[in-house]
Amino acid sequence: MSSASQTDLPLAAPHGDHAHGDHAHGDHDPHLAHHFDTPEQQMTSAKLGMWVFLGTEVLMFGGLFCAYSINRHNHPEVFAFAAESYLNVFWGTLNTLILISSSLTMAWGVRAAQLNQKRLLVVCLILTLLGAAGFMVIKSIEYTAKWDEHVWVGKWNQYNADYKGSEPEAPGPALNAPPTPVMTPAASPATPSDANAGQDVSMIKPRYGGPSGLAAPTAHPNESIRESSLNERVRVERYRSLSDSEQWHVSAFFSCYFLMTGLHGLHVLIGMGVITWLLIRAIKGEFSAEYFTPVDLVGLYWHLVDIIWIFLYPLLYLIH
Amino acid sequence: MKMAQSSEVPAPIADDIGPHAPEGAHAVPRRILLTVYFALLVFTAITWAVSRVDLGQGNIWIALGVAFIKATIVALYFMHLRWDSPFNGIVLIAAFFFVALFIGISLLDTRTYRPNLKPTPDSVISP
Repeated sequence: MSSASQTDLPLAAPHGDHAHGDHAHGDHDPHLAHHFDTPEQQMTSAKLGMWVFLGTEVLMFGGLFCAYSINRHNHPEVFAFAAESYLNVFWGTLNTLILISSSLTMAWGVRAAQLNQKRLLVVCLILTLLGAAGFMVIKSIEYTAKWDEHVWVGKWNQYNADYKGSEPEAPGPALNAPPTPVMTPAASPATPSDANAGQDVSMIKPRYGGPSGLAAPTAHPNESIRESSLNERVRVERYRSLSDSEQWHVSAFFSCYFLMTGLHGLHVLIGMGVITWLLIRAIKGEFSAEYFTPVDLVGLYWHLVDIIWIFLYPLLYLIH
Repeated sequence: MKMAQSSEVPAPIADDIGPHAPEGAHAVPRRILLTVYFALLVFTAITWAVSRVDLGQGNIWIALGVAFIKATIVALYFMHLRWDSPFNGIVLIAAFFFVALFIGISLLDTRTYRPNLKPTPDSVISP
């Protein structure tokens, strides 16, 4: 179709990236940039550019998947222990369903734009945005629980060699305590000073982390939202059954978990930003059957975010 | 719109797209959208169910296989690749191929050296 056939576009004010200034465009499609011959050429070029970007996204996540693969390959028991102990399959599954549903509403939104169904497009974008927000809410519930259980990143992870002990106000025993005899009634929450006492006299090498003692039931006042289905005793027993070097690798699982879900979550946040931008433009009625490329491209991005989660879900939550 | 079972790419049906839509634009029929959504839900249920059964090494391969199937139908239908220029699909496949190559060779490497690995020495573990 030639651009000349689009002179009667029912479009409001022209907008976009090319200067409209004062030179007359004549019968020019307001959405067609000067360096393209036809709207089709412009759209396919934009799409190819988006696909190349998505390809680089896949490669970027590929690095993290590679780190995950090597760590899991070398320490399968560690990953099974950490995932079963601290990840909540229910939240993971729910988030999978939410993200798949928001992919559906996004795809439907692209369809609505292509068919000139402007109100349906707005509805679809709002639903997609709600899905993304729901995903992030659940993600933050999970991250908060990880924080409460002292399995965050780096030195805030009780399994990390650099673990610096719990926050002063945090409840529970100092999990980095030096090797108090296992059966010592540690039921009284250890204070940070306890954690440091005797560190210089012990001939036994300090325990560098991990559930210590059997006092853990007091560690999580909000037991009802505890992430895992394993009870604390089973968790401690499984941890003890790992060899020293395996115990040392537990924090590697959390590095993988937080890097992968964190980068993915960042993509969801960016997705929420661009979908909001689409929503504003859609409310203004800027998209139509003649011009829907931004909806299409954001849709592609959103589906890629979905695809990445499709892989993260079984790899992180369903290990055993 | 009737989805042909053949692998031929169906031509866009006139009443499925706007009269002035750029050529090549193709609105995915409602039925396909819903079918794909339903399939994704079913495959999610399958992944979850299979993970409840201990199949040893089989678990990870089934999980990955199902994830690949889900990713493929998302790419084909939600992402229009089925109706798009094949070049777009090639970009995606190439990216996945290189990630697979990256991970595969890295795993080969770590497998090769695994017998030589010593347990992490206490001097590293202990502060």
